[in-house]
Amino acid sequence: MTSPYPILAILGILVVVMTLAAGLIWLERRLLALWQDRYGPNRVGPFGLLQVLADMIKIFFKEDWIPPFADKVVFVIAPAIIVGTVLMSFAVLPIAPGIIVSDLNIGLLFILGMSSIGVYSVVLAGWASDNKYSLLGGLRAAAQMLSYEVFMGLALMGVVLLAGSFQLSEIVSAQRRVWFVVPQFAGFILFLIAGVAETRRLPFDLPEAESELIAGFHSEYSGMKFGLFFVGEYLGVILISSLITILFFGGWMGPVLPPIIWFVLKMMFFICFFILLRAALPRPRFDQLMSWGWKVMLPLALANLLITGAVALAWG
Amino acid sequence: MTAAQTDHILETLGARYGADVTIQPALDGLATCWCSRGRVHDVLKYLKDQIQAPYKMLYDLTAVDERMRLNRSPAKPDFADFTVLYHLFSFERNEYIRIKTPLESDSLSMDTVTDLWPNANWYEREVWDMFGIRFAGHPHLERILMPKRWVGHPLRKDHPARGTEMGPFQLPPDKTEAEQELLRFRPEEWGMKRSSENSDFIFLNVGPQHPGTHGVLRIVLQLDGEQIIDCVPEIGFHHRAAEKMGERQSWHTYIPYTDRVDYLGGVMNNLAYLTAVEKLAGIAVPPRGQVIRVMLSELFRIISHLVWYGTFAQDVGQMSPVFYTFNDRERAFAMIEAITGARMHPNWFRIGGVADDLPRGWDDMFRDFIRYFPPRLREYDRVVMANRIFKARTKGIGVITKDEAIEWGMTGPGLRACGYEWDFRKKQPYSGIEQFEFDIPTATHGDCYDRAAVRVEEMRQSLRIIEQCVNHMPDGPYKSDHPLATPPIKDRTMHDIETLITHFLGVTWGPVMPVGEALGAIEATKGNNGYYVISDGSTVSYRTRIRTPSFPHMQMLPMMCRGRMVPDLLAVLGAMDFVLADIDR
Repeated sequence: MTSPYPILAILGILVVVMTLAAGLIWLERRLLALWQDRYGPNRVGPFGLLQVLADMIKIFFKEDWIPPFADKVVFVIAPAIIVGTVLMSFAVLPIAPGIIVSDLNIGLLFILGMSSIGVYSVVLAGWASDNKYSLLGGLRAAAQMLSYEVFMGLALMGVVLLAGSFQLSEIVSAQRRVWFVVPQFAGFILFLIAGVAETRRLPFDLPEAESELIAGFHSEYSGMKFGLFFVGEYLGVILISSLITILFFGGWMGPVLPPIIWFVLKMMFFICFFILLRAALPRPRFDQLMSWGWKVMLPLALANLLITGAVALAWG
Repeated sequence: MTAAQTDHILETLGARYGADVTIQPALDGLATCWCSRGRVHDVLKYLKDQIQAPYKMLYDLTAVDERMRLNRSPAKPDFADFTVLYHLFSFERNEYIRIKTPLESDSLSMDTVTDLWPNANWYEREVWDMFGIRFAGHPHLERILMPKRWVGHPLRKDHPARGTEMGPFQLPPDKTEAEQELLRFRPEEWGMKRSSENSDFIFLNVGPQHPGTHGVLRIVLQLDGEQIIDCVPEIGFHHRAAEKMGERQSWHTYIPYTDRVDYLGGVMNNLAYLTAVEKLAGIAVPPRGQVIRVMLSELFRIISHLVWYGTFAQDVGQMSPVFYTFNDRERAFAMIEAITGARMHPNWFRIGGVADDLPRGWDDMFRDFIRYFPPRLREYDRVVMANRIFKARTKGIGVITKDEAIEWGMTGPGLRACGYEWDFRKKQPYSGIEQFEFDIPTATHGDCYDRAAVRVEEMRQSLRIIEQCVNHMPDGPYKSDHPLATPPIKDRTMHDIETLITHFLGVTWGPVMPVGEALGAIEATKGNNGYYVISDGSTVSYRTRIRTPSFPHMQMLPMMCRGRMVPDLLAVLGAMDFVLADIDR
């Protein structure tokens, strides 16, 4: 089912995803403003849409400063890792029939692997900055990602059991009768929470926690290197939203409208949900987050897997 | 406060300490006495621990440079060059006592009282910093408000008040380096270890520029991982010599400076200052003036609490409430603006009343707000106070018991959150506030959540007071016709020469206050704010002492966050509701 024109698909997805990530900055600012009784960017271009462009021009021309005390090589590599790994993940996402770069038979595992590598970015950035705030941010990131990735993977195993495959296009096809959100509701909730943690968005933004750690792991970053972290975060949001769509909400499937429209609609819904979370919730404390992850989420994920397995076994 | 009780405590002291204690009358009626340097520690210990209904709280500790004084106290005509002043407060008696200790220029030192009250620590450092008086036995006697390299002691009368009297300020590179080096934190100076058996500690410098400190405050944390072993708050970055200013500005022109002390409290500061000045002058403010004062002050309490509400939510990571509360604050400011013409610093109260009458249509504006505001508060309850993450972040954090609070000089919502129903509006009413119906909200645990709950309820109570003001605004003059009221009433200025002269003097030189001293203390937005003023029979104050609530509260920070995590520090700071200018003055 892989696209017949891989180069075209790669370029297409890359351009669309990057544009979307930039557009998300605008969308988030406008939505937050709407929910917070203010206007948000509304001056540059229609509805302030060109604000994104202005910001991009600005960030490209900003001084790209590397602190003299930083570990230069690692400092430069760190932001590239996050963007690289997230973009790699997009390669295995089946957006619509025929629109996919590489339909790997272990697609889901590939994505989980990539997101694990992505953690290095944050940890290395925190370490290389040689700044105490960054270090604390990096340490938090390491601990948080480690604990939340465990049950993130486990939460998805129910879906894999039901679909009988790690291949994402297979998983979508397996939802022809009923979306997996119905039989795997617990798995969906667990994955949603893990996904927010994975993208380090409020209420799981502890690695950057601006009121405590200033900007956490990217305190020392400026210019385009900071921009990469920024874009990486939005790419992550798009990725997780796409994954939720694919794994639990039937991917591109839906009546009347063309598949790609369905996919984008479902994805946008979850993106907006992510933004709403940011507008609504406070930030838990680090130890609370950890104990919640290990003591509540992990047992739930295991129980979900056990029950799904038992049911699948019983039904043959 | 009854006269009998006042006499009683002074008589007791007189009987016990004989010639070591000299009683002095004061214009504000506070029990006041002089006590020799050798005995003052004993007297204070006696007052704190041994008498019935003891004076448990060290309300204020400061000093006065008496060397330029013309009118010396009749009780102590021979007193020396400096006076160290203790204001104690007894909750059981509901009264203050003022103890003064004379010191000679050639031996400016006395015993510390940090062994009696822990909050004496910063106060004594401030006296050392400002007056150069040493306290023997103080654990860390070092400058607190001024930079370490500062030469001289600013509140001494021989220290210039203006920059122009000191020669141009220069900061060449070598001096910059030296200043910066002095700011380096050395744990050994504070008796801190750099490592324990198992781990090396991180010393994290939070501030002076940090999003969580709400201003130029520096806190050095001693961290084991993310756990706070100890911390040292460092203040003084916002010091603007407000007290020194008081010795240069006339009684009248000092009012705008008070606005900027607790800069979120607006006219509430005017009220504290004027309460003291009017006690000196013996002015009774007419009812309409009083009610306008109460109404605007309570509106400012709401305004200040709204800033606190939003920023506290932001401190624990909630992004949106700050926008909602600032929107509401805008509405309140619109009303302040319509009445006073200014927003944050209206400078609206005058000696003897307020600057002008209320404008036409003011009551409709207030009625709109009284209708608009309660539903908003209910919404914030759901968004913030009922949020489970918010509760998890604030409950059981920064717990203070009632005894600790009193020991450390804590007043205001923080004290009430410990379950102590103590509000100076009820206990020592001022500006006619005893005529209003309102409740004192309290809580039980003394943690961050309870402090928040008390403040939220206070906004409702303030709204109740405002509603009563709107419904029962008395007619009549808004300013007293007392000759010392400033600016004087102008009605008859062009009709007879006496009034013209009084008016001319009042607006050019400013009023001359009768010789004496007075303490005016009110329940401000953050706790008890008191102005202690001394008049030497001149158009300017001889000494203006500003006792602010944030100063002792900030001193409690290490106690509240030892053993907790870094995010808890932010919760504690947020719940404390301090203003840097209120700490540093």
